[in-house]
Amino acid sequence: MEEQRYAIEMRGICKSFGSVAANKDINLNVRPGEILALLGENGSGKTTLMNMLSGIYKPDSGSVFVDGREVAINSPEDSKKLGIGMVHQHFKLVDVFSAADNIWLGDETSGPVLKKERYNIIHDMAQRFGFDIDPRKKVYNMAVSEKQTLEIVKVLYYGAKIIILDEPTAVLTIQETARLFDVLRRMKAEGHAIIIITHKLNEVLEISDRVTILRKGEYITTVDTASADEQRLTEYMVGRKVELNIERPVVDKTRPLLEIRDLTIKNDEGAVAIDKVNFYIRGGEILGVAGIAGCGQKELCEAIAGLRSIESGQMIHKGDNIVGLSPKAILDKGISMSFIPEDRLGMGLAPSMSITDNMLLKKYDQAKGPFVDRKTGRAEARQVIKDLEIVTPSTETPVRRLSGGNVQKVLLGREIKAGPNVIVTAYPVRGLDINSSYAIYDILNQQKKDGVGILFVGEDLDVMIDLCDKIMVLCHGKVMGVVHAHKTSKEELGLMMTGALDLSNKYEDRPAGIARDSRIEETKEVEE
Amino acid sequence: MNDSMSVLTLFLFNIVLVNTPLLYGTVGEIMVEKSGSLDLGVEGTMAVGAIFGYLAGCAANSLAVGLLVSFLAAGLCGLLFSVLTVSLQANQNVTGLTITTFGLGLYFFVGKGIGEKWPSMTGASALVNGFSAIEIPVLSKIPFLGKAVFSQNGLVYLGIAVSVLVWWYLTFTKTGLRLRAVGENPGAADSVGVNILLYKYIHIIAGSGIMGLGGFYMALYMSGSFEGSNCWINGYGWIAIALVIFANWNPVLAILGTLVFGFFNTLQIYSGSLAGTFPGALGWLSAVPPQLYKALPFLITAIVLIASSVRKREGSGQPAALGLNYFREER
Repeated sequence: MEEQRYAIEMRGICKSFGSVAANKDINLNVRPGEILALLGENGSGKTTLMNMLSGIYKPDSGSVFVDGREVAINSPEDSKKLGIGMVHQHFKLVDVFSAADNIWLGDETSGPVLKKERYNIIHDMAQRFGFDIDPRKKVYNMAVSEKQTLEIVKVLYYGAKIIILDEPTAVLTIQETARLFDVLRRMKAEGHAIIIITHKLNEVLEISDRVTILRKGEYITTVDTASADEQRLTEYMVGRKVELNIERPVVDKTRPLLEIRDLTIKNDEGAVAIDKVNFYIRGGEILGVAGIAGCGQKELCEAIAGLRSIESGQMIHKGDNIVGLSPKAILDKGISMSFIPEDRLGMGLAPSMSITDNMLLKKYDQAKGPFVDRKTGRAEARQVIKDLEIVTPSTETPVRRLSGGNVQKVLLGREIKAGPNVIVTAYPVRGLDINSSYAIYDILNQQKKDGVGILFVGEDLDVMIDLCDKIMVLCHGKVMGVVHAHKTSKEELGLMMTGALDLSNKYEDRPAGIARDSRIEETKEVEE
Repeated sequence: MNDSMSVLTLFLFNIVLVNTPLLYGTVGEIMVEKSGSLDLGVEGTMAVGAIFGYLAGCAANSLAVGLLVSFLAAGLCGLLFSVLTVSLQANQNVTGLTITTFGLGLYFFVGKGIGEKWPSMTGASALVNGFSAIEIPVLSKIPFLGKAVFSQNGLVYLGIAVSVLVWWYLTFTKTGLRLRAVGENPGAADSVGVNILLYKYIHIIAGSGIMGLGGFYMALYMSGSFEGSNCWINGYGWIAIALVIFANWNPVLAILGTLVFGFFNTLQIYSGSLAGTFPGALGWLSAVPPQLYKALPFLITAIVLIASSVRKREGSGQPAALGLNYFREER
């Protein structure tokens, strides 16, 4: 068979930011009708490399060929004209615009005045590509998967032949991921060249034809997916052998530490976010919380930490009511909360402050006198850096300069340092690569062995099944049931997350989420 | 009865006459802010437009020249703001305040520099005529409203036309759509090939130019008499910035905002005659201390700012990236 011309070829690409080399001599190519996975850990330079195709960055050296012709991409406009379309990890959409207007923005062909027919044009065009979008729907009313679909429709409308997706599955449920992969396969069959950035190995193996692997900004190799397996890809990616099993130590459980009864919480818009939820956490167990993004996880975490007022219900910690207590009082009881939001820096840490100062944030009031006690803080920072193997130039480095994994370790490290008995952690491994993720799992397991009760709000079901003791599934703020992690399956959890399966009344004699040895003083019988 | 009617008419007439510069300032600032730039230099920009527009208008004895020069001179302030904040990425708040200080300084520098040779407006017949009332056929015959609203000078009608035009431009043209995208999410606009730099420059300059027209209006309203102690603009630029929020970044609502605001602003002048004409219903107006009237516009501004801060994001016209500089390679 004749060797097909590459849709995109990058040769010897180098790019540095200041003294940091983000890409060193990278080669990459993809043919029309092929899906190439770009695999690498956080900070390995995947997004930087792709941003040189989308015109956000310019390479310091090296050359880019499109259809065998050498090109210079100086701006996103150049990139668009060359038929390259990128779906960024953080969507590039104007929230207050309709779907159609977001596409219309970059339209070069129509006249200067906006006409109503643009809605029909966009709708017809989307249908031609096999997408169903409502062109009048505003972006702020869209679910994450809808936004992603809109982004894909957008690049197709501009006539992209080469489509780059940056971690497209990070925000999707399993079912949505499956749908996205169907779309990608269809686009591949139509002759598009597709590059998908990811660090999820199972997805690489499922969808790609070839894999290009980067490590710490360097090109490692490109392999055919058919001849690869998880173990080998991990070794390429990390540079050494990695144990791919998550431990689930068996620990003696204590009586319930935190009990939640009939809890109802409203979200910022005043709609019910958490609806009459019951659950409890014992010391020495990890309770997972699974659910589609935005199903009340955030509100639940905030309520427990005292950051959000509740509508009704009880929150009992070791028999003491914590409803209405200040965040500080709840903290003093030993309940710690760490929430990693989508932008990963928004909550818990002050990005411009040093690690030391961030350590001090939670105990500023313990210093004697009016001055800041940096000495203790610095010692603690050093301890956390050592214990959790945080990679940082010094204790005085601003947190935002650290890579994502290290930032999250700092946050978790500070929470653990306070010696909590209940840890509420949401998305602690969000966006982290394998190495850092496993480090975090180890930290949590260590805490569990020390008798801490952990509420783990997660998104990767494979991980939750391996790590958690029990998993509670939320769907639109309602509990769909609490299942034992070793007895459930991804499919069962997926069905519960979408509300298709309700196991909350599986055992009629024992309502889900109410402990037999409850510490709640009420002698009310729970049998009926 | 007839007398009371005429007092009311005069009151309404003056609300429109005195406060139209606010409309220019507000609409100009709306255009600037829609590009994502918060320009606090409205006061200075209007002052620059006022003095140069007036001097050029007198020199050429032409209203058109006055309008053009005020637009261009104020546009230069916009250019300065663009160079500093868009190209050099300076802080927008500080730069805006600098423009105000600079503009007012330039105003007094030029005015005092000319000194004795200051041209009086009576010498420029074209300006006097240009600022005299034009009665719109038919509409000006409407009782009460006809005299108050449809017998104004040409610059009032121009201001309303500019507001509607800017509204149409922002809402119904593709360049307007792109401009709004630049103000909402420059990263998104950039990624689909919108030239951020160009869009920001053009609209900051054009918006500043519109503010300059308001300055020119103010010069004519003050009959071009330069005082060494007080600037013609007299705080209108600051009120315009607040009116942008009141108008929810909508140029047509800015007309309404100007009237509501103008009502309180003009009340201080007419409280006496209103109280005299309607001793029963409005007699208490004369009992209000004049200092309170002077403070009223600013109190209203504060109330408006508080009221609009509780508005929900969805209905708000505030550009999401307002006040943030855009740098493509930022990580």
